[in-house]
Amino acid sequence: MASKLTTSNRTGWLFALPAVGLIALFIIVPFFLAFGFSLTNQRLISPNPTEYVGFENYESLLGLAVITLEPERDDGGNILRDEEGQPEYPRVRTITRSDDYPQYRGMREWFRWQSGDNARVVIAGDVIFMKALVNTLTFVFVVAPVQGGLALCLALLINQKLRGINVFRTVFFMPVVVSIVVVSLLWRFIYDGNDGLLNNILQGLTFGLFEPVDWLGNTDTALGSIIAMSIWQAVGFHMVIWLSGLQTISPTLYEAAEIEGASKWQAFRYVTWPGLRNTAVLVLIVITMQSFAVFAQVDVMTNGGPLDSTQTLVFQAVERGYGKQDISGGSTISVILFLVVLAISLLQRYLTREKA
Amino acid sequence: MADVSLKQVRKSYGNVEVIKGVDIEIEDGEFVVFVGPSGCGKSTLLRMIAGLEDITSGTLEIGGRVVNDVQPKDRGIAMVFQTYAIFPHMSVRENVAFGLTIAGASKEEKDRKALEAARILQMEHLLDRRPSQLSGGQRQRVAIGRAIVRDPEVFLFDEPLSNLDAALRMDMRMEIGKLHKHLSATMVYVTHDQVEAMTLADKIVVLRDGIVQQIGAPMDLYHNPANLFVAGFIGSPAMNFMDVEVLDQSADGVTVKAPALDPVKLPGVGEAFTANSKAKLGIRPQYLSVAPDTHAGALHGKVALVERLGTETVVNVELTRGGRIVAALAEDRPLELGTDIALGFDPGQAHLFNETNT
Ligand SMILES: Nc1ncnc2c1ncn2[C@@H]1O[C@H](COP(=O)(O)OP(=O)(O)OP(=O)(O)O)[C@@H](O)[C@H]1O
Ligand SMILES: [Mg+2]
Repeated sequence: MASKLTTSNRTGWLFALPAVGLIALFIIVPFFLAFGFSLTNQRLISPNPTEYVGFENYESLLGLAVITLEPERDDGGNILRDEEGQPEYPRVRTITRSDDYPQYRGMREWFRWQSGDNARVVIAGDVIFMKALVNTLTFVFVVAPVQGGLALCLALLINQKLRGINVFRTVFFMPVVVSIVVVSLLWRFIYDGNDGLLNNILQGLTFGLFEPVDWLGNTDTALGSIIAMSIWQAVGFHMVIWLSGLQTISPTLYEAAEIEGASKWQAFRYVTWPGLRNTAVLVLIVITMQSFAVFAQVDVMTNGGPLDSTQTLVFQAVERGYGKQDISGGSTISVILFLVVLAISLLQRYLTREKA
Repeated sequence: MADVSLKQVRKSYGNVEVIKGVDIEIEDGEFVVFVGPSGCGKSTLLRMIAGLEDITSGTLEIGGRVVNDVQPKDRGIAMVFQTYAIFPHMSVRENVAFGLTIAGASKEEKDRKALEAARILQMEHLLDRRPSQLSGGQRQRVAIGRAIVRDPEVFLFDEPLSNLDAALRMDMRMEIGKLHKHLSATMVYVTHDQVEAMTLADKIVVLRDGIVQQIGAPMDLYHNPANLFVAGFIGSPAMNFMDVEVLDQSADGVTVKAPALDPVKLPGVGEAFTANSKAKLGIRPQYLSVAPDTHAGALHGKVALVERLGTETVVNVELTRGGRIVAALAEDRPLELGTDIALGFDPGQAHLFNETNT
């Protein structure tokens, strides 16, 4: 039995056509195209025909190896040391460019650590991609719990019957409705190394003892600064979701808990938190997805720098696809990002499932 | 020992006073029921005893101790809510033992007390279920179980049965009655339901607009209502009222008459009435019978509506000389609409109220 919706509703479908068409054109088709392009050497504009290359793109992005470097020794077998007394090692490129090791060809050093006298070096097929991956994961694993937790705290504070509480509600929600690009621009001024608001405030609070920091120009602080600003920007949105969850909890449950002698904390633990379970799953998944897609902040504030310390996956995908006209490389990153997000969402669903 | 005593208790929300100076003495072990129309302040009063609402003025004592400013948990009370208020994510066992969990009791103690309470309420087999797997009646049992585990001196019930269907309500009503005998704790119970009030209560408090109308044993209220409101509120179908004129007042009774009623002498009615004044005559439907020539002057009319309930027949009679009257006739009687009928009543069972005595 065909439903009425699909058979005799031509007008309805006609109305839906523009939206469906646009969604198909800009979301569904590109989604499948990305899979296709990631298996080719497609470029944005190229005189050469596109060729099928199999998983080569994935291999060059994900290629990872650990090599062990033995220190250089003199003829007597003693370790050669530099002025600071550190052992000297052969250069990595002696291996990655050597014909003896074709499997390491084209790879570069990502980072190394010391193991006894030897140095172990992690080499990657695409170091920038690896940095982007690590930065994105860091971003997600910091933003998801901190933003979710902060939003919950704000929601708990706001969920009270006080005069003027709506003012706070509005204030916290305001950054959400401002474009992230605008917010990023404003925060660039706040983070400014010379005369930024943040430096000024910190100096004021410490009576001038604080040394101004170029927050976005320093590899140690750039990613953290973007994380802090991102948390601030969207916390109001998640606060509202938590609030709606809080309002579904019957006030009688709190009264029952009060009569049983529950403290504020116990009421939270036994009434509020279990009542927010579904909301928590929602908030967590939404933040995770949004965080994986972090792009605009990086694009406006740092362009991935300094020294690739704020590279992210989406930024890299765009940078490659359009900056370097390497559509296949960009597509490959998108597909990898999709798989990572899918895996993490499934894991979250599994971990937060309703235990029967 | 936990008697509860309210002295000139008042409650205002902003400028609106909803409890207007209530005095109630509840003795230890007594079962007291608050009744009254919706919005009269029953729940508010109960919640003030529980400590969920502040007391604007007056004093509340539980067990001889003034508890106006004592936390709910320290008042020695337990409360059962109309909406059960059991925690949806906890098993029945955890729900019942919730107070002990809060107090940090050991697992053995929790299990023992939960089982004990479950046994009293015959729900041992439900202990491992979740609230979503329970019927309404079972949920209310869980809520009562949680109250029992607290071992309170005073149980507070706010319309605990109004979300249940009629048959279950009757079961649970008896259950609560048994529980009261078993625990012999003080119980304060709010309800809309007359039957619950009449069957459970040692003492009924009738409230109206935040003012106590009458306090007394159920039969006391039924037979000797203090005013028109109580007379109309207690008893079902409601008492019939008729505007009458007092003709004569003497030591052995008051003689009244109305357009629809020939003069009749009501024995045993008080001296508060003077000749030639107006009053209201109250006759319970149950005391009217189809017996034209018995006792006093009969009321003649036509049958306007018949409700046959099996055990009794409720007849709405349009009186020939103006007015309507409702009679609850014993046994099932097939009466045709529009037939003539004459109703008589025992003047000794009639009530007379002053116009001012509303
Ligand atoms: N928080 C409040 N603010 C203002 N007025 C209130 C508040 N709570 C209750 N009231 C008022 O107090 C009065 C008594 O309410 P209460 O809930 O005690 O009535 P009730 O007798 O229990 O009625 P019901 O039988 O419908 O449950 C009502 O008129 C109600 O509108
Ligand atoms: Mg109520």
